[in-house]
Amino acid sequence: MNKQVELKNKRIIASKHVKLGEKNRMGQTYTDINDIFYNSEQTPNFMTGSEVIREAIKRASVGTSVAYPITPQSEAAALIGEIYAEGYLDEYFRGESEFAVMGQCAGASFGGHRVFTTTAGPGTLRAMENFPMWAGSRLPIQVCVTCRGINSPLSIQPDTLEMHYLLETGMLVWHAETAQDLYDFILKGFIVAEQPDVHVPIAVCCDGFFVTHTKDTVDLSPLDKCLTPYDPYRNPQPVMDMETAPIRMMRDPFVMKSNYISYATHASWQQEIKAAVERSRKHTIPLLDGLIDEENIDREILIVGSGTAVSQSREAIRLLEAEGIKVGLVKIKTIRPFPYEEIRQATKNAKHIFVPEFNVAGWLAREIKANIPDNERVYVGPHVAGGMTMPSEVIVEEIKKHLGMEVASRGTLG
Amino acid sequence: MSKEKIVLCEDLADVMPPEYQELVETATYGNQDRGWKDIGSSKELIEQHSLCAGCPESIAFRYILASLPAPENTVFVGSTGCTSLVFPHVAVHNIHSLFGNQNAIASGLKRTLACRFPDVEKDVVVLAGDGATVDIGLDMTMQSWFRQEKFTTICFDNELYANTGGQESGLMQKGFVAKMAPKGKSFEKVRLAEIAREAGCAYVAVLTVSKPNRVEQVIKNAVLVAREIGPTFVQLYTPCILEIGKQSMEGLDEMKDSETIGGRFVQKEYITDEAQKLLDSIKEETKARKKAAKDKKTVTA
Repeated sequence: MNKQVELKNKRIIASKHVKLGEKNRMGQTYTDINDIFYNSEQTPNFMTGSEVIREAIKRASVGTSVAYPITPQSEAAALIGEIYAEGYLDEYFRGESEFAVMGQCAGASFGGHRVFTTTAGPGTLRAMENFPMWAGSRLPIQVCVTCRGINSPLSIQPDTLEMHYLLETGMLVWHAETAQDLYDFILKGFIVAEQPDVHVPIAVCCDGFFVTHTKDTVDLSPLDKCLTPYDPYRNPQPVMDMETAPIRMMRDPFVMKSNYISYATHASWQQEIKAAVERSRKHTIPLLDGLIDEENIDREILIVGSGTAVSQSREAIRLLEAEGIKVGLVKIKTIRPFPYEEIRQATKNAKHIFVPEFNVAGWLAREIKANIPDNERVYVGPHVAGGMTMPSEVIVEEIKKHLGMEVASRGTLG
Repeated sequence: MSKEKIVLCEDLADVMPPEYQELVETATYGNQDRGWKDIGSSKELIEQHSLCAGCPESIAFRYILASLPAPENTVFVGSTGCTSLVFPHVAVHNIHSLFGNQNAIASGLKRTLACRFPDVEKDVVVLAGDGATVDIGLDMTMQSWFRQEKFTTICFDNELYANTGGQESGLMQKGFVAKMAPKGKSFEKVRLAEIAREAGCAYVAVLTVSKPNRVEQVIKNAVLVAREIGPTFVQLYTPCILEIGKQSMEGLDEMKDSETIGGRFVQKEYITDEAQKLLDSIKEETKARKKAAKDKKTVTA
């Protein structure tokens, strides 16, 4: 029988990382995320998406960022280098490939830093082996994915196919529509991903070029307020710094054992990662004001989308409205966790659901079809790929064609 | 931290496994003069191993762990392979992430620990097999040397992929017939020590693990030079007795044979002038410290 544990004189040692209200070396005050966004004046700025990434990282109390050039994230990665030189980050360097960069990020995260990196397209795929490793190791690293084509022949154009590959990595996957989303998601993403009951990596995705290389008006929080720093000891795993006693992890390494305990351990860990992603909802919903945005969801025709496809859909809805066709809109902000229940509810009155996407696979449509009743209501498209734009007129035509309405003939050459 | 790093909660001490109780009572954390001679009289930082009986890797692990200058502030980075079967039993923080990315992990880790603990030397040591170091991970191994990352890379060279069943590796000898080299390996053993030297390592050593005092000295040199100057590399011959057709008892003989004149593993070191100077000064300091301790002892007596 175990001895009764004496509780007298035992106390929880306050983390040294709680620095709320203190100033960092740049003179910024560590501020609660809610105060940064909801109790501070937001100032409009006109800048590119790459510059928005820089502005977010200036306020994110990041320890390490590792960079590697690949279009269209190169500018953002270089701009982070500039603010590192100014003193905003503790560590920054160029890695030798995306596979190595994600390893370097993992090392920094294992050691207790808040870590941010950026990648795109083929870089995302080269790095891919690292993402489930990050999740399995419970490293709350943030990677900003500025989506671009991954096909051969070589393409650098916007395409969201790479997000399809990220869906089962165990990472949180958020999809920004605009530069404003990108700014908000980067800062809020750190806070959600680092919660002790979540503590998994996050991919904040945006559509390359459309978001990174265009200028937009973005409300920025004050520069003198930054996120509270990452506390590595609020972690479901020991930090690899030898500041806590090393534990003997197991008597027999599971990798080599073909027995039930081994299988059960791996299976339960996979389930735990999935559960951790699901648990992020309760932190995400208040910060992002829900996992989805809804507009006129009582209408019979709905467009459900994510990323810049939503912006194009808004314009398409305006064009259709002019013709007397009323269409509602659902914008999905988090792809992982997927807003199953929210989508079910939002689409319950819809007779026709259109899912415009910038990729050949139509992965978002598949997700929706797999999760709502009467999924023949879902029309997989329109989708474009390989860097093609999706003019609002294309969405309008596709909707009208599918509904058996007359389609205005397009202008022809000559 | 010294031994105090591992403190058992008083109320639970009696139900803690004996290996933890021993770690508290007789481990050598914090002992400046720790070395291979503690093996047998002190608690080792390796509890068990799940390697094959007689595997030279197991003794290499014991020597290395006994020789680390400051295990209480050392973090290991491993890779996939036989070594990853041992790390779960080791009383030092260690990371396994993927196959081949060990030097990338160590780069991020070392830099972060340097930022987070500016007043404490946190040593990072990579320990991986030859497949991880030379084949799948060569770019990251070399790039970390180019960048002058301040950690030690140890390669357990068994001249093949042991854990997957004896396939050809870059460090295998030319002509050796192995899985995936059915006609014998067609190219020479990669000259990794020379690559390390040219890639910027301040200290490079190649040897077998037949002589514990040599292993101890090399490990200490490598870790201390990495702390102060830049990357260091140690290549240890740890033959896979299973895959080269030897018996459990023959590992030591195999290593001894390979380090005789003309053998593949005659001990060699490449040391930069800066590193040599550092090692000389450390030697002097240690000598002076030991002499002072001895004198004090004599006076007290």
